[in-house]
Amino acid sequence: MQHDNLVEIEDVAFDYGARPVLKGINLTAKRGQVIAIMGSSGCGKTTLLRLIGGQIKPRQGTVRVAGESLGELNQAGLYRLRRKMGMLFQFGALFTDMTVFDNVAFQLREHSDLPEDAIRDMVLMKLHAVGLRGAAHLMPSELSGGMARRVALARAIALDPQLVMYDEPFAGLDPISLGITGNLIRRLTDTLGLTSILVTHDVHESLKIVDYVYFVSDGVIVAEGTADDIKASDLPYVHQFVHGEAEGPVTFHYPAAPYVEDLRLGGQSA
Amino acid sequence: MNKTILDLWVGLFVIVGIAALLFLTLKVGSMNTVNNSDSYEVVARFENIGGLKTRAPVKSAGVVVGRVVDVRFDNEVYEAAVTLRLDKRYAFPKDTSAAIMTSGLLGEQYIGLEAGGDSVKLKDKDRILITQDAVVLENLIGQFLYGNAQEGAPK
Amino acid sequence: MLKQAIERLGNRTLQGVGRIGFAIRFFVAILLHSGTAFRRFGLTIREMYFSGVQSLIIILVSGLFVGMVLGLQGYETLQTYGSEDALGILVAMSLVRELGPVVAALLFASRAGSAITAEIGLMKATEQLSAMEMMAVDPIARVVAPRFWAGVISMPLLAALFSAMGIFGGYLVGVQLIGVDEGSFWSQMQSAVDFEQDILNGVIKSVVFGIAITTIALFEGYDAPPTAEGVSGATTRTVVTSSLAVLALDFVLTAFMFRGLS
Repeated sequence: MQHDNLVEIEDVAFDYGARPVLKGINLTAKRGQVIAIMGSSGCGKTTLLRLIGGQIKPRQGTVRVAGESLGELNQAGLYRLRRKMGMLFQFGALFTDMTVFDNVAFQLREHSDLPEDAIRDMVLMKLHAVGLRGAAHLMPSELSGGMARRVALARAIALDPQLVMYDEPFAGLDPISLGITGNLIRRLTDTLGLTSILVTHDVHESLKIVDYVYFVSDGVIVAEGTADDIKASDLPYVHQFVHGEAEGPVTFHYPAAPYVEDLRLGGQSA
Repeated sequence: MNKTILDLWVGLFVIVGIAALLFLTLKVGSMNTVNNSDSYEVVARFENIGGLKTRAPVKSAGVVVGRVVDVRFDNEVYEAAVTLRLDKRYAFPKDTSAAIMTSGLLGEQYIGLEAGGDSVKLKDKDRILITQDAVVLENLIGQFLYGNAQEGAPK
Repeated sequence: MLKQAIERLGNRTLQGVGRIGFAIRFFVAILLHSGTAFRRFGLTIREMYFSGVQSLIIILVSGLFVGMVLGLQGYETLQTYGSEDALGILVAMSLVRELGPVVAALLFASRAGSAITAEIGLMKATEQLSAMEMMAVDPIARVVAPRFWAGVISMPLLAALFSAMGIFGGYLVGVQLIGVDEGSFWSQMQSAVDFEQDILNGVIKSVVFGIAITTIALFEGYDAPPTAEGVSGATTRTVVTSSLAVLALDFVLTAFMFRGLS
């Protein structure tokens, strides 16, 4: 049975040790959409992706992917579900001891008994889709950052997953690679019928391609809406984020004791 | 790294490694442990075995013919019961004697077998009747001193 | 002050015990997920190249020199008692029982163990292990177990090669250079070295060392903090911990094997 929502997150909370990272998040991703989760660095965006991938378990709440609740699955069930997911890690996370070709072929070889001829064709198709068919014989160390990320994207879609997650796909890319990657995500989502979830803080690039945006701050969702909603939003936090202003609800200073007190200038003898 | 070259190297490594093990087994060591199937066991009782231990060699005319496999105290006769495992190739007469010897002055102790003249041979689980105990150095010195004292004593 | 010191000691102890617990669970997980390492033996063969074949040079050269030194020193000592014929026994016994397994294991720990830790640690730091998990491939089965079995298989072979090479070195110095009688060198050696007592026990030792070193190396890599200092610290810890483990295990094993408990 086909659910309209591929990913459903209900009231999820998660702590790293004693530090709460997420405090009750609700989020859904509809099939065929590109969703962006935005927020400043260290607000728990990557944690959210790891929860969807089932690499960590929430303290409370449920995560459902393709109608299955991750908390109720055992290791085998989780692995079966993960074959429907692809994930693009921040710096690609390519296997450094394999060529580009072997990296993309990795899942096909691990999870299927296809003959090597068929694998070869499928790998070259995926590499062609990201424009790197000619780089098949290179080692990951010979690739630029943008190319490595495209190879990782080809690897993530090797098994034709339903869901692809991107962890900071735009971080550290030059403007040209930025545009290429953004277009690629949109095009692959549309042509392959994927659902994409982006975690990013690059507002301008992602607003060009996403259907729906969630803003996360301090462990909760503070704003959500379509790209146009967000651009027009007058919520102070969103406004500060979209326009990159230094002052606003998010302050420049890490919480501390009053400056004057800290410097012991308040008439106290040192 | 080409896969076939890699396989070749690992194959070579395994062959050389096993060759080294074989070299150690055949050239450096020897199967001193006499196999159960090619051996028979006899028991000898001693009043004193000195420092004899299991795995000590059993020699006849200086040639190793077996090993000590068990040393225990027989609580009925208050003697040590030593089990010897002998190679089947060597058959000894029934009246063979066993003595506990020492190689060199302070070396390891072994059992020396001296063949008798009986036409009946020792069989598995037989007992060697004629035995000679280990020489205990303290007793030897004691005897020596005692003998000297007697000699020197005024009559 | 004293209270703080005691607290710190308690904290350290708890952490240490916790880590040992994790290491043991990790070891059990490796054994449980070893199917892939044997079903696709090519993975294990590949790792045998990196841990076994690439350790060959250091093992062979060290073995030769250790044997040559044993030949020289042994001769010096034995000729004082006029028993230089027993040089073969001395060289072979020291190598087969102790030096072969132990020194080969120490070299293996610093050559292959550190490389394993650094590799696994970097794979973790660059999220390759997470990526593998997300691709529904268990990194314990696919990455860790083949390295474990490669180390366990390689270690006794390397120890045997070390001993053989050492005996050859002792033979070179003792017989060819100094002129100990060749016949008595080999025959005395053969009559004294026992297969079960000496050679087999030496092999058992090296297998145990192989298990200890690879488990420590893999665990340290898997457990390393995903930073540059984390990986380098873990690599150092692998060499220190596994060397100490080898020496301590050697004492325990020797006590059991050569105390006449047979």
